[in-house]
Amino acid sequence: MSMKVEDKLFLDRFRVEGESHLRIVDGSLCGRECPDQPCLYFCPANVYRLEKDRISVAYEGCLECGSCRIACPHLNIEWRFPLGGYGISHKFG
Amino acid sequence: MEETFDVAIVGAGPAGISAACLLAEKGVKTIVLERGEYPGAKNISGGVLYGHDLARIIPDYEGKNCPIERNIIEARLWFLSRDGGYSLAYRDRIFTGAKKFNSFTVGRAKFDRWFAEQARAKGALVVCGTVVTDLLRDIHQRVEGVRTDRADGDIRAKVILLADGINSPLAAKTGFRPEPKPHQVALAVKEVVELSEGVIQERFNVGPGNGVTTEILGQATQGMNGVAVIYTNRKSLSLCIGANLSDLARYKIRPYELMESFKEHPMVAPLIAGGKPTEYMAHWIAEGGYEAIPQLCGDGFLIAGDSAMLFNTLHREGSNLAMTSGRLAAEAILEALKNGDFSRNGLQGYISRLQNSYILKDLKKYRNFGRFLETHPELFTSLPEWASQAAREMITVNGVSKKVKQKIIWNQLRKEIPLLRLLRILWGGWRSVK
Repeated sequence: MSMKVEDKLFLDRFRVEGESHLRIVDGSLCGRECPDQPCLYFCPANVYRLEKDRISVAYEGCLECGSCRIACPHLNIEWRFPLGGYGISHKFG
Repeated sequence: MEETFDVAIVGAGPAGISAACLLAEKGVKTIVLERGEYPGAKNISGGVLYGHDLARIIPDYEGKNCPIERNIIEARLWFLSRDGGYSLAYRDRIFTGAKKFNSFTVGRAKFDRWFAEQARAKGALVVCGTVVTDLLRDIHQRVEGVRTDRADGDIRAKVILLADGINSPLAAKTGFRPEPKPHQVALAVKEVVELSEGVIQERFNVGPGNGVTTEILGQATQGMNGVAVIYTNRKSLSLCIGANLSDLARYKIRPYELMESFKEHPMVAPLIAGGKPTEYMAHWIAEGGYEAIPQLCGDGFLIAGDSAMLFNTLHREGSNLAMTSGRLAAEAILEALKNGDFSRNGLQGYISRLQNSYILKDLKKYRNFGRFLETHPELFTSLPEWASQAAREMITVNGVSKKVKQKIIWNQLRKEIPLLRLLRILWGGWRSVK
């Protein structure tokens, strides 16, 4: 049986920062000028989800790969590392 | 905590720690800044390390309880279609004897922590939970320190070694190297699947302590330019699958779904049957090759490891390039400290050392390999499918003569790939690796 991404993320150890380290700079641009919305697909943690007419950012499960920062067609995502010691901590690596 | 060091290193991965070990050993005042809770907390690799490169930093790593998972005695290569695939394997007695630990698997959360402990024992200061957010420069734009996310977190040093990995918002912000383009990185996901030691040994036909690497090409990546691997750890398997980020964006394939269908492949499923997934991670792999390597040093700084895009796509080598580039950076820094010249000119020794090492020689040799994969999608689509059909046809006993079977196979190939194109693939492939 195929494993869902939520169940995969549940295996990981996160220390979640109060504030998101990811931010869509201009939310209206996603609906207006980005028909493909590739972030909904390539993000390995399904951080970006379509909710009605906008894209929500579930930064809590971010695996910190950086893909959305460079592969957003409009470079519309502001990206920093979580604060020192926050975010994912690999157990095996 | 404004304090001055000889060397500040960004990142406690294999590149940064290798340099820290060698510098601290020589009495150089060295600080390593790591953003994770502990060294390795943010790091991942397929999981293979190479004894040769590690021994140049810690000669007695075995005696110092290096957390080795399994010594690799066999390398497998698979070429998969959707429903089947070819397997080629090489095993040798030498890898349990004279060349033991030529390569071995590790879990980076354990290994990097152990490696950083070695650096600490030699006198380096390793500070975790600290993100470097900016570089400090003097009026001549010479790098003279780093800014961290801690209160009063400026740290000054004569030289900065940037070993902060391939995903570097610091690079994006300061421009010490250009931000990679999506086609210059592969996005890989990794799953650790727990199995008992005995089951792993049975399934991979190895004794205790020994293991196997499997590199997988073909349709596992569903037509995208990418690879998968299965590596044996002591009590788990590392499954990784990744594809070029621009392909992932274009094909709209979700990485976790790609992993799931990989796990269901008939050659993979029996190996992981009954296993328990214990961790899921994601990371980039530098695929830009020789052309993507940035300027490797400047006034007051050097770049090593993944941060410098040092990765050999064909041979899946990265951690060894990181260690050795870290070592060569340390040698160049020692030279600069002796001469009191930390300018780009004073650090040039790093570049000549890299040029004379296997690192830049190998990356130069394979400089066209990435482009070859990128421009020949048949390698991930029609070619593996056809190769599987050919084997299926020849193995199936159904009363059809072999001559007719050969004709069927040949016609199928001609239908899938024009002859001229096929010759181009063979010629181009050979030229890109010769």
